[in-house]
Amino acid sequence: MSQSNTFTLDGKTIPYNEGQTIIQAAMAAGVYIPHLCFNPEFKPHGSCKLCTVKANGRQTASCTQHPAPGMVVESDTIEINDERRALLQMLFVEGNHFCPSCEKSGNCQLQATAYEMKMMSPHFDQFFPDRMLDASHPEYLLDFNRCILCSLCVRASRDVDGKNVFALSGRGIKSHLIVNAKSGRLADTDFSGDDKAAHVCPVGVILKKRVGFTIPIGQRSFDEQPISATPHPQGACPVGPRSNTATLPPHPTVKGG
Amino acid sequence: MSSLLETAANPENLRRVAIDPLSRVEGHGKVTILLDDKNKIHQVRLHIVEFRGFEKFIQGRPYWEVPVMVQRLCGICPVSHHLAASKALDAIVGAKHLTPAAEKNRRLMHYGQILQSHALHFFHLCSPDLLFGFDSDISKRNIVGIAQKYPETAKRGILLRKYGQEVIRHTAGKRIHGTGSVPGGVNKSLSITERDELLKDIYQIVAWSRDAVHMVKELHHNNPELYNSFGAFRANYISMVGFDGSLDLYHGRLRARDENGHILFDGVDYQNYSELIGEEVKNWSYMKFPYLKSLGTERGWYRVGPMSRIQNCDFISTPLAEIERREFMAYSGVMPMHAPLGYHWARMIEMLHAAEMIKDLLHDDDITGSDLIVTGERGFEGVGVIEAPRGTLIHHYRVDENDLVTMCNLIVSTTHNNQAMNEAVRRVAQQYLHGHEITEGLLNHIEVAVRAFDPCLSCATHALGKMPLQVEVLNEAGEQLSSLSRTSDGILST
Ligand code: SF4
Ligand code: FES
Repeated sequence: MSQSNTFTLDGKTIPYNEGQTIIQAAMAAGVYIPHLCFNPEFKPHGSCKLCTVKANGRQTASCTQHPAPGMVVESDTIEINDERRALLQMLFVEGNHFCPSCEKSGNCQLQATAYEMKMMSPHFDQFFPDRMLDASHPEYLLDFNRCILCSLCVRASRDVDGKNVFALSGRGIKSHLIVNAKSGRLADTDFSGDDKAAHVCPVGVILKKRVGFTIPIGQRSFDEQPISATPHPQGACPVGPRSNTATLPPHPTVKGG
Repeated sequence: MSSLLETAANPENLRRVAIDPLSRVEGHGKVTILLDDKNKIHQVRLHIVEFRGFEKFIQGRPYWEVPVMVQRLCGICPVSHHLAASKALDAIVGAKHLTPAAEKNRRLMHYGQILQSHALHFFHLCSPDLLFGFDSDISKRNIVGIAQKYPETAKRGILLRKYGQEVIRHTAGKRIHGTGSVPGGVNKSLSITERDELLKDIYQIVAWSRDAVHMVKELHHNNPELYNSFGAFRANYISMVGFDGSLDLYHGRLRARDENGHILFDGVDYQNYSELIGEEVKNWSYMKFPYLKSLGTERGWYRVGPMSRIQNCDFISTPLAEIERREFMAYSGVMPMHAPLGYHWARMIEMLHAAEMIKDLLHDDDITGSDLIVTGERGFEGVGVIEAPRGTLIHHYRVDENDLVTMCNLIVSTTHNNQAMNEAVRRVAQQYLHGHEITEGLLNHIEVAVRAFDPCLSCATHALGKMPLQVEVLNEAGEQLSSLSRTSDGILST
């Protein structure tokens, strides 16, 4: 690799290939840059701004920005982390995120990133938005209370599943996630549990039913290591059960169907 | 890297602080007294603000979330709600019989909760009243005063509680807001390491629990006049009793006795609780008044909790607690004990029983078993009952075919005891207030009576002498003659 194909990230020299974004190069070098709407499997969306860095003194989203030779990039600074924390706090108050009773707790990237950024309180007033659940599908539940509009499910359904089950609708504070059915119900879309879109949600919106809290505390994705040490966290992050932990229960049978 | 790992090592604190805006549920006790110009008392009321929004809140949520969600109801005995909800939802997933590993780990969690709650209540909240006297110097009448005068007692209180919390942590995953119990079973059993860690101290815990029973017993024997009469009133009592008639705090059937100890009903499947228990609404109280339907609202109110359970069962399965139960029964004689201070004695017997049960479970191979969850034919309605530290706790749910909760009804121990606590406060007011100006001593007498029931309110966990209480003396026209209140900071004002 030629000397010119490097940039510095917080003083560390990071090599990169043509076409890589800053965050991709950083990840390849094992350096964590906080992010939520970025997932290396999908085209970047650049919407959450958690991955914001200063490149040659200018703020930019590292999931969309390509590095230039010798670029000086700052990420882990007090100033940028303060901004990230504020962004996270806004995400928390805009939705209804009650971690202690959320089954995604311990496997949730929003929560894990908040710990990473040492967010101690939501700081802002809660919006307590009135959002619905969609439990129409027999195998999957949508809890819109927790949607952070990262569009990963939209991208997965469109780009991988070729289905367009999910879409973002509305603008600004009115933006929300919709499903592709006249009735607005997941059961009436062609969504399936085998879809990529069923497994990418970084928070607790798209949930396999009846799993709930079957993974004990201590064995969830971010119990043993922080998100910064988990370079490519995936949506569902299933952890294999150990000898004294529960295996997922078979689904209860419904009499007469 | 080390600072990151440090952050992850304390997830509980972070989680709790950062992300739970609804975790605080306030409770307030308020007493109003109505008397005439000769200071004759006409009316005494204890008003408790109860948090009932939860039943609405849980509607429309997926059922598997409920056992964890309900723990937000109450910061005092979240494990009881966790387990009562799980028991109700066992019926939804069609788990008629749990695996031995699942049931035993749930029981272990429950006995851990009983131990820590009873220890907290007795040592931290009540021992200052009982050891120093209700009228004693308020500046010393607290756990700090106990630590100075009786350092060994204070230390044991702390360690007993801590042990119970450790049992909870190992079975539920966390001391608070754990997830151990799930519909159909548990998500983990004890690991060998966890079991061995708990085994180390359990014999000490059993011994200290027994000493605690002896301590309360002595208080009764030394001052029978006070202990037998303070706030005493006669009442029916109910509790769940094991299938064999034993004291069983986790599972069994409902049994009720009248004030003379005669059986009113027995062997009742708690799925049918609503046929037996009605809930009366009174316009002056936010909290409902449950009553036995067979006796009606006037005569049908009852008591729950340790004193009911100890006198309702036929025997206790663990030997040390059984010896103590017999002594308790012998002390009260032919008639059941009705004096509220008897709760403390009964509570310590239960703590001893819980400690003995923990010891037995830790020696049972099923506790580290690996068969944890069962399911069967899907159900749509379930009732779960558990004997929580404060008394019978009923959870009742209906769930639709999309797995969402459509109905939730809870009857918590403090609600069962609503009328009984009102009666106790009335007796105390008659015994001690009659014709007197209100003093801090009176306030504390009322508090002592209320606290004997260990009401499940956040105010009850405030440090002793800091329960927010308000006493108003009104004349017949409803005009206020005098009042005294104390904030949760312990500040008195008139
Ligand atoms: S449902 Fe999940 S994946 Fe889809 S936009 Fe919302 S947060 Fe992102
Ligand atoms: S991760 Fe780059 S904007 Fe969301």
